[in-house]
Amino acid sequence: MWPYVIRRVLATLPVLGVVAVIVFLLLRLSPGDPAAIIAGDNASADDILAIRAQLGLDRPMLEQFLLWLGQLLRGDFGKSIYLSRPVLGLIAERVEPTLALSLSTMAFAIALAIPMGVLAAWRAGSWIDQTIMAVSVLAFSVPVFLIGYGLVIGLSLSLDLLPVQGFVSLTEDPVAFVRHLVLPTVALGLVYTALLARITRATMLETLNEDFIRTARAKGLAEPRVLILHGLKNASVPIVTTIGTGLALLIGGVVVTESVFAIPGIGRLTIEAVLQRDYPVIQGVILAIAFVYVLVNLVIDLSYTLLDPRIRY
Amino acid sequence: MTGLAVSQPVLVVEGLRTEFATGEGHPMVAVDGLSLYVRRGETLCIVGESGCGKSLTALSILRLLPRPYGRIGAGRVLLDGQDLVQVTEAEMRAVRGRAISMIFQEPMSSLNPVITIGRQIAETVMVHEGLDWADCMDRALAMLRQVRIPEPERRLQEYPHQLSGGMRQRVTIAMALACRPRLLLADEPTTALDVTIQAQILDLIRDLQAKTGTAVVLITHDLGVVAEMAERVLVMYAGTKVEEAGVEELFDNPTHPYTRGLMAAMPHLGGAGGGRRRLHEIEGVVPSLMARPAGCAFAPRCELATERCRREAPPLVGIGGTHSVACWVTAGEGVLA
Ligand SMILES: Nc1ncnc2c1ncn2[C@@H]1O[C@H](COP(=O)(O)OP(=O)(O)OP(=O)(O)O)[C@@H](O)[C@H]1O
Ligand code: SF4
Ligand SMILES: [Mg+2]
Repeated sequence: MWPYVIRRVLATLPVLGVVAVIVFLLLRLSPGDPAAIIAGDNASADDILAIRAQLGLDRPMLEQFLLWLGQLLRGDFGKSIYLSRPVLGLIAERVEPTLALSLSTMAFAIALAIPMGVLAAWRAGSWIDQTIMAVSVLAFSVPVFLIGYGLVIGLSLSLDLLPVQGFVSLTEDPVAFVRHLVLPTVALGLVYTALLARITRATMLETLNEDFIRTARAKGLAEPRVLILHGLKNASVPIVTTIGTGLALLIGGVVVTESVFAIPGIGRLTIEAVLQRDYPVIQGVILAIAFVYVLVNLVIDLSYTLLDPRIRY
Repeated sequence: MTGLAVSQPVLVVEGLRTEFATGEGHPMVAVDGLSLYVRRGETLCIVGESGCGKSLTALSILRLLPRPYGRIGAGRVLLDGQDLVQVTEAEMRAVRGRAISMIFQEPMSSLNPVITIGRQIAETVMVHEGLDWADCMDRALAMLRQVRIPEPERRLQEYPHQLSGGMRQRVTIAMALACRPRLLLADEPTTALDVTIQAQILDLIRDLQAKTGTAVVLITHDLGVVAEMAERVLVMYAGTKVEEAGVEELFDNPTHPYTRGLMAAMPHLGGAGGGRRRLHEIEGVVPSLMARPAGCAFAPRCELATERCRREAPPLVGIGGTHSVACWVTAGEGVLA
């Protein structure tokens, strides 16, 4: 087992390397002089020269890259041009809202979608199945911002049940933390619920046709045990893959929800950085998200070996 | 009293009709008016070509017909006098795996690939006998010993893919017998295995049956298996019983033209000829469920068929002792043939 884990961890290094190259080139290959872009429209020629020297743009490409990589490995992601503060610190400040939102969204989707998918597969073709699938098609086709604004208008503005916008840290006030998360979680979670419910239904449908399910019933096991212990465990690999991919996508794609609900997370940081052409911050955010993607994938891969004993290390 | 009690059948099936809803009004009838019984310690073999309804008969007894279309249209399934067709689903669950167990043809796919063998056996015991988990695992270990699996302690912790086909079938037998059922339904338990393993598994079933007195309904394609295992034989054709007799009587005096065809297609009965032959060698094919002929279902393939055969289905009639047959022509010959 451990040699396998180490092998899998090492296998992520080339991926991270490729990402680093792309992020590095992002700045160098963007049209125009990066130093001029960074300096902004009103900069003087001196400003631009200063920035060029600061970024090391006057040296050869390869040297620039190695220098930059060396800084990355030391945890130095550069400084924000506008705020003049370390990028890593900026990202760290914004991690909690994004992580909280992503995890709560996925938890919401899992809690709803798995029972839905299992139930639909169990009674495939019945009205239960048809209703669940119709609901999931609907949830899948309505854009996040529509659901978001709908919820804001319905629950917050009309009924005054939940806060409209913003974010409160868990350490500051746990109750407010939860109340602020409800609307964005639902808005963002419905799409994933729909997706996950469909995947669960499809894989469960296949699994429930297997001979060992018939064996389980022939042993006199009750349906919940047949479905969950014998069915769901066998269907878990595709389901976990979808959950992991969903989580990675969520962390990368919170831009819209964070804007709608005014949550100061990574998504908002990204938008601000793009609008201000704050390249070091953009680079840092991309690197951080890529790192999370790779990490999530690694966890998914490693979980397979726990879920299915036939998968060899 | 004792003599009578021992000969009481454990299972009696009367007029079983198993059908599939088609959505066009008329259901497809897969098993049509089948009756059978089996006594304690006895083995009844059901033989017949692929698709004649053998598996569906067994699944009907356990009420595990394919959902949502399969259903029991008529008949009774009496387990020690209690009609299982009428009991609730919860009562039925208490019967499955405890009073009646089933083993299936495919040892590769009928065990759960992601649950250890020990747990799969132990959970049956837990569900039916409510013992502590440790006691259930002890029983699982004892069962693995009984089915003569080498290194049972280690096997307990292994997954099905780590075992050979023959070993897996031993596991399914261990699982089926863990709660000492009164009746074992074995649906082609050896068909998927190679010949030497087949013989071992059959020996094992016979041994355990002798020890426990379990009644066995053994479904097979293979007349060699019938000769080795059966006390009584039921021959099925297109969802109906066409002949029934004690095993010696049937081999000495096969009466239905279909049964005779099966015997003729099998020259080296249980002999040293090696390759057992399947029942495919009678000319023609089984009629599909939707296109069953009006009279005798075997008529299109029968050399002896008459006008009457094509018009009217022959009833099952006794022709001496426990031998009965459904044929207009040969039933009349009686034991003269
Ligand atoms: N789920 C189903 N839906 C529709 N028809 C079915 C279904 N399962 C079985 N049948 C039909 O019922 C008939 C009997 O099937 P069954 O499985 O009992 O045959 P069998 O005698 O066990 O054959 P084999 O020797 O191949 O196992 C077949 O003709 C088959 O087409
Ligand atoms: S009833 Fe007629 S057709 Fe059917 S098996 Fe007998 S002889 Fe053949
Ligand atoms: Mg079958």
